[in-house]
Parts: sequence; structure tokens; C-alpha cells
Amino acid sequence: MARSKRFDRLARRNINKETFVEPWPEAGLIVADSPYDPAPSLTMRECRVQEMDGRLCEDFDALDRFIVAHALDLAVAPEAMALPAQEYARMLADINVPRATIARLVAGCTPAKLCEIMRHMTVLEMMTGLAKMRIRRRPANQAHVTNWREHPALLAADAAEAALRGFAEVETTVRVARSAPLCALAILVGTQTGRAGVLTQCSVEESLGLRLAMKGLTSYAETLSVYGTEMTFTDGDDTPWSKAFLASAYASRGVKIRFTSGTGSEALMGRAEQKSMLYLEARCLLLVKGAGSQGVQNGSISCIALPEALPGGVRAVLAENLLAAMLGLEVAAGNDALASHSSIRKTAKLMLQFIPGADFIFSGYSAVPKRDNLFGGGNFDAEDFDDYNVLQRDMQIDGGLRPVREDEALAARKKAARAIQAVYAELGLPAISDTEVEAATVAHSSDDMPARDILPDLAAADDFLDGETDFVAVIRALQARDFAGIADNILEMGRQRIAGDYLQPSAIFDADFRVRSAINDANDYTGPGSGYRVAGQRWSDMQAIPQAQSPAGFVEPHLGGTISRLVELGAAAKGSQKEVVLALGPAFGRAMGFTIGGLAHEAVLQALLTGIASEGGLARIVRVYHSSDCAAIGYVGARLSGSGIGIGLQSRGTAVIHQRDLAPLNNLELFPQSPSLSLATYEQIGRNAARYALGRPAQPVAVKIDNGARLRLIVKTALLHRRETDEVRPDTPPQELRYDWEPSL
Amino acid sequence: MSQYPLREHAANTLRAHSNRPLHEISAEAVGAGEVSGADLRIHADTLRQQADIARASGFPQLAANLLRAAELSDVPNDELLRIYDMLRPERASYAELTRLADYLEATYGACENAAFIREAADVYRERNLLRR
Repeated sequence: MARSKRFDRLARRNINKETFVEPWPEAGLIVADSPYDPAPSLTMRECRVQEMDGRLCEDFDALDRFIVAHALDLAVAPEAMALPAQEYARMLADINVPRATIARLVAGCTPAKLCEIMRHMTVLEMMTGLAKMRIRRRPANQAHVTNWREHPALLAADAAEAALRGFAEVETTVRVARSAPLCALAILVGTQTGRAGVLTQCSVEESLGLRLAMKGLTSYAETLSVYGTEMTFTDGDDTPWSKAFLASAYASRGVKIRFTSGTGSEALMGRAEQKSMLYLEARCLLLVKGAGSQGVQNGSISCIALPEALPGGVRAVLAENLLAAMLGLEVAAGNDALASHSSIRKTAKLMLQFIPGADFIFSGYSAVPKRDNLFGGGNFDAEDFDDYNVLQRDMQIDGGLRPVREDEALAARKKAARAIQAVYAELGLPAISDTEVEAATVAHSSDDMPARDILPDLAAADDFLDGETDFVAVIRALQARDFAGIADNILEMGRQRIAGDYLQPSAIFDADFRVRSAINDANDYTGPGSGYRVAGQRWSDMQAIPQAQSPAGFVEPHLGGTISRLVELGAAAKGSQKEVVLALGPAFGRAMGFTIGGLAHEAVLQALLTGIASEGGLARIVRVYHSSDCAAIGYVGARLSGSGIGIGLQSRGTAVIHQRDLAPLNNLELFPQSPSLSLATYEQIGRNAARYALGRPAQPVAVKIDNGARLRLIVKTALLHRRETDEVRPDTPPQELRYDWEPSL
Repeated sequence: MSQYPLREHAANTLRAHSNRPLHEISAEAVGAGEVSGADLRIHADTLRQQADIARASGFPQLAANLLRAAELSDVPNDELLRIYDMLRPERASYAELTRLADYLEATYGACENAAFIREAADVYRERNLLRR
């Protein structure tokens, strides 16, 4: 078979680095609706469950037992199970049905029932549902901050920048488990430097995570993983009871917790029991709810590439986000692990959470470059910050971030690096040098940092974990070294821990330490005019990307440069010679002096005159005052010309060769790509016009095609045209001009 | 919820796990070395208040979790870690789990946790999750 050059090109596209696989239900490789998924059912006798989703109670596994005992609202279950799934789907998509109405009934739905509801919904309907069912009104975002060197100054600086950029939570993890206490410390100090009230966590093994929280080094934990089959759950060395106990243990110390689940983990661990990913996730979500977790991170998380390998995978991931929200759980919606090689695909997938909004649109936006991300993540990373801010600005959608200026970022990074340096010095940890502080301030990644001996850091981390030193000592260290503001922020994190307000569903803090949760900022979306709206200061902040320029700045470089030798003689009359009439726009060589490509108007004028003369043609010059339109200007020239040939020239440089017998908007040759026109091109335009005037054949002028010109220059084009239009005088007839200059041929 | 957030509406009544009133936990007190980690821990009563708020707002499972948390407030860190480990698969016998439940109930008045652990013990026995 011949090789198609197009197919060859397609084969090399990033999308074709992905793995795509056909469904195989027996291996759990099916995102939803496995033929082995049970039909929804619930049989009760005297308020006790006899059977659920086709399984009798004597056959229940540990997960079924937990769901029945702790997750299902048995009082509402008979009503909930009797309502057809399609009715739920319609209520979810119907803006007139408030979230509470749906939430009350969903509390009585079995896992299979939840899946049956999703079966009726398109992605668009699910997005409407998520916008409504999300429990906190205002969406937010979470960052991942790590680096492969585990450098404390870089961690603190990156955490500070992440906080400054608007992330409400910052999560770190470690390459070497022993470094966890000091990494957690760096993130704590860094975030509280960048913005007060950012919650932090360090993702490590469960009991180590709890110890860090007890020391006050972290304020939340989200690595409490659950799985949808009993075998996977116990392979993960936990049971629903151990996980629920852990949740209570964290809460007893005033620490926010969020469970982790997500499609694909059971199939990845080889124990999917022939069930679809979504069905197993529905079971997980009921376990999460039953355990009393305020929320969940799902959206496939680290398994994302698995559902994305299968048909309907991205839809199923949205479905699992929606199911969690329906169950009243805070949702950190995934988008963290590397999901695609294709930027088109990864961005399209993001839109399913970005547009409706989630409690956390990412359960870890990599606020560091991908190669520094120790979660194996970074579907979006620090190099995408500007893209992300533009997406927010484009759609007027709050993605939880804000644009920051370079000077703000540098100041926050430097302060955080100096603060962690001070804490290390006060607590007797291995010194952080000024050189390391300076490097961390300006660094993009670990590659920009000097090497650091990790062994003393690890030894110090061991002592720190085993010793009595906790975050009170950190506060005192900051106070002693004149970082009172950061010390106050960390102390307030401690006071908030006493109040426990952030244990409530979907709680975050604003910069004034006011808690926002599903209790006091409950989502009240019921269609247009309701719910969270991007407006006021927030919208102003989102618009103010540093790249945005003042409109006046586009025009200024093109002003000035009046051509003094160009003199107006009076109203122009129709000529009678075989001439070319060069018709200039109203601002040309007067109010404006340079084309969009930066050519001086006088040089352009001379090039055209040289071209005309070099073919032996005669030239007249007129100025058109009543229009700034290129075709109209050229047409005036053609009608005043004895030969019927005119050249129209706008101040921005756009040119046309016109002929008086043509319709006004027609032409002989048009040169719309003014930024690409050189003086040589203008000279060639003059030559061709002269040849038309003299009745000789002319080869159309070759111009460079630059498809990016309009994209780059459309704002400038519009503003230059508007400036020329300012010079239009509707009642002034075309004026004859004299230009005291002769081309040298 | 009129009381929520407690930090705003009930700051005068909030106390730390050490019984120290919130308003005494100032930057000056920390600087003077008068604040310990226990002064920055949540009190069981506050957890119960948050449980009431969660239940009244339609989050009964979270409320139950916060009540269990309140009962664990006085349980030392190491003991919490040990109990968690016992609840993991195949770590404990049925008798060990029921003894643990009895101990928590007797020592800390942790009735909810005790019932929860007894329930776990029953399920573990049925599902082969006890130590072999």
C-alpha cells in the first residue's frame, strides 16, 4: 500500500502517542455499563436491607455492609429507588429544580441506581448538573508544589507563588519519605507568605500523614484512598472501617480530610470483578460518604490515562465528579495526572470541569514544571499559567487563579525563601545559604538550584519528626527573625484549628481568614441570574493580565512624520492623460507617518512614484477626505484618472489598484496584508499600475502570504484604521496634491 | 446556621483542647513561650458543636464522623495510630477488636467508636479480614 503523506503526518501527531483500546468488560476495561453491572434494586423489610443491587444480604461483601450501614438514607430509599432514573437525569438538567430537592432523594440511591441516572445524561447535561450540584457556590483550585531536589527554599518560594496566584490549597509530596516533615514545613511557611489562609497537606503514607498533621505542619489530608471492590480495598491495606477511623482521628486533631477514589484504580489493580469503572466508583463514593468524609478527590486522578484509553472515558470521569457532588461531597475534580500528549485533548477535557466549576477544578494543578512534579502529574503546569489565566479571561469563568505581575511573584518568593532560611537557622536545621535563597527567588525549576547535601536534611527531618518541635516553635522562630506577618498567619491557622469551621464540607479560607464552605457559601444555582457570578473586583482582577496593553500604545508609534513637501493645491479634477492617480487616505503623511509595518509614509510614496516612473508612466497624487475605506479611496483615484487607473493607499499601508469601470468593491489587484509589504513591493505596485494605465500586460504582484499577520496585528489594524477614520471630513472633496520630488531612475 | 462560623460568632466561648480560651492564644503569648501544641488543638465540645452544625445542614454522616472525632479528642497520638493499625486488614483477632472497643468505651467514654469497632469486628469475621 502506498503511504499517504497526510496519514504519515497524522501518525506523528501527539494524539497518536496515546494508547487507545477496545472495551473488555471481563477485565474491567469498560468505563460504564458493563454487561456484568447489576440492575438497581433495594429490598427492605422492617427498615432492614434484605437485598441491594441484585445481591442478597447474606452475600454482601464488606463494602456492601458498610454502604448499607452508613451511607444509605433508608428512610428515603423506598421513594428514591421508585423514582425512574430518567426523572433524576431530567431534574439534574432542569435549572428549576434546586440542588436540595435532588440531594434529598439521591441519599437513598444504591450504586447501580446512581449509574443508571448517568446513563441518561449527555456531557452537556452533566455539566449543567455539576454547576448546580457543586456544594460550594464559589469554585476554587488546588496546587501541587514539589521539586525533585526537595529543596526547602525552592519549595517555600513555589508555595508562596502558588498562594499568590490564588490556589486555595497546596499539596506537596516527597521523593524520599523521610523528608516529609521538612517539605511540609516549607510548604506551610511558603503558603502563609504568599497568601494567608491557604490550606496545606503533604501526601505520604497514612500514619506518617497523621503525625505531620498532629504537629500542625499540615491542615488537611486527602490521601485516604478507597476502592470499589473488597479485594482492591484490602490490597490497599485498609477497610472502610479503618479508613473511617482514620478520618475521625484526623478530625479529632482539627484537620480537614478528603478521601480519594476515581475510575480505573480497580482495573489497574486487576480486581475489577468485571464491573464498569463508573459502577465501582459509585460504590466508592457511597463508602466515602458513609465514612463521614466531607469530600472526595475523584475524576480518575492518577489512573486517568486508563479511562481515556477507552470510549466514553472523559464522559465517565465527568459523571463521577457529578455523582460525588450529588451525594453532597466536596469534589476535587482530577485534572492532575498527565492525561494526554495532545494539548487539544487535555484542554478539551478540562473544559468539562472548568466551565461548570468544581469545589477544586484541579485536585492538583502543577504549580511547578512537570519535571519537578513528584506526583507524576502536571497535566497543566507552571508553564501553562498564562494560558490558564487567558482561558478565565476569555470565558469570564472563575478557574480559581489570578494573573500576577513578575515583581509581585519575585517579592513573595524571596520573602518565603528568606523566611524558611530563618526558620531553619532558629530551629538548628541545616543552614540555607543566601545563594540558595537568591536562586530560589528567581528559579523556574530544580535545575536552577545549587546542589544541596540531602543527608543532613534527612537526618534533621528524622529528629524533627521524633522531637517535640511543632508549629508553635515555627511561629516563634518567625517572630524572632522579624517575620511577624507570616508568624501571625500560621498562628491564625492554629486558632482556626481550635474553631474547626474548616471541617465542614468544602471549606476554604479567603485572604482574611473568613471560611467559605457549603454551610455559609452554599451553592444556590438555579439558572441565569443565580449562583456564583464572575463580577466586580474578581472580574477586574481576572481581566488584568500583565500582557494586556493600553489601546493608545498601539497607535502612538505610527503618528508624526508629516511629509512637509506634500502640498494641497485645491479640489482635484478629472485628468485626461494616460496617468496613474495615487489616492491617499485622509491621515497619510499628515496625522500619521508610518504604515503598520513601520515603513515611513514618505518612503512608501516615493517607492510607488519610482515604480510608476520606471515604466514611463505619469503620476498624480490626490488626497481623499470623505472616506478612509481602501476600496473607496482607490475608486476615487481611478475615477479622477485620465487612464481610469488609480492606486488607493491607506495610512496603515493597505493598497489597491483600481479601475474606474469596475464595481467600487472590485479591483485589479488588492494588497490587504500590509504588514508584509516592503518598499520593493510598493515599487512593483507602482509599476503594475503604470502598465495597466499604458495598456500593457502586467503580471500580478507576488506577495508573501502570512496567515499569522491578522492574528498578531488585528488590534493594531483596527486602531490604526480608527485613527485614520478620525481624519475623515465627509463634505471635503478630493484634493489635488503636489509632491516636490523626482524619482532617480 | 446562626453560630457558623464559630470563629466569627462564638469566638468568646471557644477553648482549646487544653481548656485555654481562644482569646488568650495571642502572638505575644506565643512569643513569651506560654503556648504549647495542646493550646492549638480542637476541644471535644467544639467538635460536637460542629457535628450539630453539619447535621442541621444536611450532612449526617459528617456529623457522625465529627462525633466519633470528639470521642477521640483525649486519645493520645500514638494510641490513635495503634488503633488505626489494628483496624487494618488481618491485623487483629475478633477478641482483640472487641477488647479494644471495651477499652475505648471504658477509658474515654467513646461509645460511638466502640460500636463502630464492634461492627467492624463482626464484618471482619464474616469476610475473613481478621488476623489469621
